Amino acid sequence: MDLKKYPHKLLVKLYFDMLRIRKVQLHIESLYHLDEMKTPIHLSIGQEAIAVGVCANLRQNDYISSSHRSHGHYLAKGGDLKALIAELYCRETGCSRGRGGSMHLVDTSVGHMGSSSIVGGGIPIGTGLGLAIQMKAEDRISVVFFGDGAAEEGVLYESINFAILKKLPVVFVYENNNFAVCSRVSARQAGEIIFHKTPNDAMPSQTVNGNSVMEVYEATQQAVTRARQKAGPSFIECKTYRIRGHAGAGSDEKLGYRTAEEICEWEAKCPVRTFSGLLLRNGVLNETEIQVMQETIDCEIDEAFRFAQSSPLPKPEDVTKYLFCD
Amino acid sequence: MPWTKNKAEVNEPDYYFESSENVRRLSYSEAIREALDQALGMDQRVFIMGQGVDDPSGMFGTTLNLHKKYGSQRVFDTPLAENALTGITTGAAMGGMRPVYFHNRPDFLFLAMDQLVNHASKWFYMFGGAVNVPIVLWACIGRGWGSAAQHSQALQGLFMHIPGLKLIMPSTCYDSKGLMLAAIADNNPVLIIEHRLNFRNKGCVPEEPYRVPIGKGIIRKKGKDITFVAISHMVTEAYSAAEELSREGIEAEIIDLRTLRPLDEEIILNSVSKTGRLLIADCGWKTGGITAEISAMVAEKGFELLKAPIRRVACPDVPTPSGFTLEEGFYVGSNDILNTAREIFQIRA
Repeated sequence: MDLKKYPHKLLVKLYFDMLRIRKVQLHIESLYHLDEMKTPIHLSIGQEAIAVGVCANLRQNDYISSSHRSHGHYLAKGGDLKALIAELYCRETGCSRGRGGSMHLVDTSVGHMGSSSIVGGGIPIGTGLGLAIQMKAEDRISVVFFGDGAAEEGVLYESINFAILKKLPVVFVYENNNFAVCSRVSARQAGEIIFHKTPNDAMPSQTVNGNSVMEVYEATQQAVTRARQKAGPSFIECKTYRIRGHAGAGSDEKLGYRTAEEICEWEAKCPVRTFSGLLLRNGVLNETEIQVMQETIDCEIDEAFRFAQSSPLPKPEDVTKYLFCD
Repeated sequence: MPWTKNKAEVNEPDYYFESSENVRRLSYSEAIREALDQALGMDQRVFIMGQGVDDPSGMFGTTLNLHKKYGSQRVFDTPLAENALTGITTGAAMGGMRPVYFHNRPDFLFLAMDQLVNHASKWFYMFGGAVNVPIVLWACIGRGWGSAAQHSQALQGLFMHIPGLKLIMPSTCYDSKGLMLAAIADNNPVLIIEHRLNFRNKGCVPEEPYRVPIGKGIIRKKGKDITFVAISHMVTEAYSAAEELSREGIEAEIIDLRTLRPLDEEIILNSVSKTGRLLIADCGWKTGGITAEISAMVAEKGFELLKAPIRRVACPDVPTPSGFTLEEGFYVGSNDILNTAREIFQIRA
């Protein structure tokens, strides 16, 4: 791959953001057994290239909507790390004030309007954000992240039909990680998803290697440009693999629905490591610079965890707070 | 089919006005249409969508020709995709709009339950107050002419169960306008359930925009002997029953709840503290419905006020039948309220 056409700053940012998301998730995972983060985590280890490759094309005021597996989307869009960790620790300082937990992240200051843990639930909401943009003639777009399970929900068809009908500034990012809990996509889908071929090419579609941040970045660039030009929605399928189990920490190979060899094969395609290799070979970064990045991120993570652990918990008597907005 | 036409021919009781001679009368659908017209005119964020809102019948007349006045960007027909469209209104509301989404029948709301219950109603709480969802959903209960089991469900009991969702059921032309304007101005998801039979009514409706407060019931008739709590068109039924009872020397107080959630508990308990007797009338099913909830609330908070057991008038727990003889067996009205009240006073008809 020829990296020369890309600004140095962009390449460094793509790597830094992926590394940061990976390290945050590994740190969460390493402390999860202490049972202090009392919330079901859904790690996206191995899928960092998608969140980062997509969000690198977005501006602060662009919207994203996502799912239960959303730590990566939240961080890639610029969501506050301290507020994320505090949310996992169920603290009042969490992004959702300890009312949402790991599956319900939000940071409106960067256009993240909240993630849903009902599979497919965020799809129409992101589409509706696109409708608001169009009706208010705003200069921004909406990106919808969803997985292969959500791709089977009727609400995806309903939303895409509407987005095409109204030419909404929406990019649908289909993150195909192969699994819904322990069920393989091949057991659930008859073949390629139908949205790769829409009538009259009303919605351009691409399939990319979701473990290649540059492929994701390029595909998204086209889709985002189209949305900014108010030409309508686009669809991007990113093929990837869920390295960890559906929920919780650690490998789930003992469950027996997939082999250790299969997981190893995909670990070899790690998006973070393959990209660092590429950057090192091309002289974009050197080992020392990567080491500095690691240390910077470690410091930030330590600080975020200290902040979370020392933050106040919501009071039981506040259980009815935030039911209605005044 | 007679029920597809809007014949506003009955004057509703003039609850609000001492003298109604100089007050303008509108039909029920005209009152709602005026609210929408004024909301669209006053607030650029408001838009109206739903299957058939721009068709020749204009959703029972409530949205008639508004697309011609405000354009098809702001008043538009939708695909038959209730779940996604509910999510789309939710997203649009988060993005700064004020959507009003029309369904001609509550039965179709079942297709939207995921977005309405799992998403819109929870968003403000689930994210600790970070994002609110100011949407209005509207649906009208069908009745008669063989509407049957899937076109006449009165689902208020089910929707009253959902925290985070405001639930409104108006009974008068005045309230249908004022509560619509209040719902659009509200910062939360609001479901308005109308009843087909209300659309026969004409009533006094001031021309200027006004809001009826959400969460406040109103006493439609004062009385000292028994409290009738009713909603939607059951208020009119309760009124007829109360007039007959009055001739028998019993004065019923009628409470029109107008909002089911938040429930105006105070107005119910205050009335029961005066009358000591309670009859609750609903146009929906009895089991797990609003009559059950209100009974439980009064039993919990006002048991010592009661001189007689609470009684309920509601539809039997079966799907709505289609044939008109069976409809007669299914629906409840003023006679049922009257007879139940007589039983409370142990009067033989």
